[in-house]
Amino acid sequence: MLMRTDPMTAPTPSATSDKIRPAVQLDGVTKRFGDSMALHEAWLKIQPSEFMTLLGPSGCGKTTLLNLVAGFLEADNGEIFIDGDLVTETPAHMREIGIVFQNYALFPHMSVAKNVAYGLKTRGVEKREIARRVDEALALVKLTGFADRKPKQLSGGQQQRVALARALVIKPKVLLLDEPFSALDKNLRGSMQVELKQIQRELGVTTIFVTHDQGEALSMSDRIAVMSAGRIRQIAAPDDIYRRPADRFVASFVGDANILNGRLVEKRGDVAVVSVGDISAEVPAAPIAALSIGDALDVFVRPEHLAVTARGASGSLPGTVTTQVFQGGHVDLYIEAPGSGHERVLVRSPGIAALAASPVGAEIGLTIGSDDIVAFPPGETA
Amino acid sequence: MKRSPVTLALRWSGRVLVAAILLFVLLPGVVVAISAFNDRAILQFPPQSWSLRWFYRAFSYADFAKGFWNGLTVTVWASSIAVVVGSAFAFAIHRYKFALRDFLEGILLSPLVIPHYTVGLGILILASQTGIERGFPLVIFAHVVMVLPFVMRSTYISLENLDTRLELAASSLGATPLRILFTVTIPLLIPGLLSGWLFAAILSFNEFTATLFVSSQATQTLPVAMYNYVREFADPTLAALSVIYIVVTATLLTIANSFLGLGKILNVDAH
Repeated sequence: MLMRTDPMTAPTPSATSDKIRPAVQLDGVTKRFGDSMALHEAWLKIQPSEFMTLLGPSGCGKTTLLNLVAGFLEADNGEIFIDGDLVTETPAHMREIGIVFQNYALFPHMSVAKNVAYGLKTRGVEKREIARRVDEALALVKLTGFADRKPKQLSGGQQQRVALARALVIKPKVLLLDEPFSALDKNLRGSMQVELKQIQRELGVTTIFVTHDQGEALSMSDRIAVMSAGRIRQIAAPDDIYRRPADRFVASFVGDANILNGRLVEKRGDVAVVSVGDISAEVPAAPIAALSIGDALDVFVRPEHLAVTARGASGSLPGTVTTQVFQGGHVDLYIEAPGSGHERVLVRSPGIAALAASPVGAEIGLTIGSDDIVAFPPGETA
Repeated sequence: MKRSPVTLALRWSGRVLVAAILLFVLLPGVVVAISAFNDRAILQFPPQSWSLRWFYRAFSYADFAKGFWNGLTVTVWASSIAVVVGSAFAFAIHRYKFALRDFLEGILLSPLVIPHYTVGLGILILASQTGIERGFPLVIFAHVVMVLPFVMRSTYISLENLDTRLELAASSLGATPLRILFTVTIPLLIPGLLSGWLFAAILSFNEFTATLFVSSQATQTLPVAMYNYVREFADPTLAALSVIYIVVTATLLTIANSFLGLGKILNVDAH
């Protein structure tokens, strides 16, 4: 997060310096549980005010990483910094982090106000100041008037707001969110996501968000760290993760992808040219650097990056429409294309034109209509 | 849908069976309760003539009054000590992994398999060898040993049911481990601790076998006093005492139930 600087208007020395001190930094952090490697040498820098998502399937190490930052677990190797301070050995209660758990973990024997006040009391804040800040926090999460309720008397969404208020009222250096939306129903989830994102931006609090839901990750994050089997596979902005996945795991875990059998045709520095039947496309060269010309590879194409054209058009792959699924805003076409090496190819066509244009049984040609194609050495489907 | 005769027969035989079982459970209590109202100085069922005089004798007999207060003293001390000690051990066994953990747990639960007369006899031998007099501390000590497993179990189950994320949340909010213990852990364990205490108190107040060995004339509890009485007299005073005992216990349990819920009181039995 570098700011454009002007010597006349530069506000603080830190803004002009090349490196802003990361809010959270992990240097080669490793955690084992018995024989299993829960987290393998994680390197991560999170900038102040950044919304960083740890995305991956269950057991990928994302919750372990969160617990290490929180101080609930001790790292076997590596160092953790919060706000530039080494905290690897600092106990959880001295790290000044806020956390919202999946089940909210509200204290059942305390009222909403007492829950929110808890972190202020431990800090010895004066009584009147506590009352003021609790009111402020409850207003922030739109729960004014609920102060005297017990958690049991609240809905899931309200409990989550209390948990958020309790975590934010202490002005934490980092806010940790452990799958906070998974217990909410779908409609509520959407509105809570928007609200949380708003609050986070408003307060500018550095946030680490753990989820297995790629949609949630793509829509909320400044950057995403995709994890699998204890390793961080890629750290990048959501659109980069989506458009330029670093490996086949990321490509298949985030978003839908057709995996087509192709060949390496040409290498041109940073880019390479690959072919699938008569289709040719440019892909980043780095992931397939080890392959040589003519080698087989897997080409990952998003459904919306494929287009339907006339059968036999130049640079197209012949196919037959087998199924049409109307999805409201778009139409999903399943196409049998023997040349793709894949049983069924999914094409996502915006609008409703495809309903009439590509009926079931239509013989069509498939083309790639985007630059955002990636290829990886052949392997098992992740 | 018409039910077959077999279904009907099964259904009715089931009801009869349940009724019979309930009758057997209640029968001793009912017989004793009715005998308590016998006018004659013998235990007899059913009574020929009726009177309340054995109730009067139960209240006025000095050894029973003394035994009641002795028993109450022993019970309150033994249950309270057992709750503190048992909970501490339960906490250690639940939260920490250490060498000999299973061994320690085995020792603490062993009074469940060691007969009470063995506990009483053992403590009696030790006391006479070391010259410790047979006062209240000895009786209380014996009772603590015997009720400890029940209290530990009760606390252990409450700890199992406690969401550790509550403690993690508290620590993230800046609470030291000691503060977490007093503001989160213990308040949430209180129903379990209370039920453990109550269970221990009922067991301790009724304990007879071990108490017979370790108590003296000065420290005898109500069950021991009752035993001594029955060796001398065969009148319905004990039956009257039983009625009083049942009424008082039932009243206490009803009150406890309305405050704590029977499920919580009985959570010792739930596992």
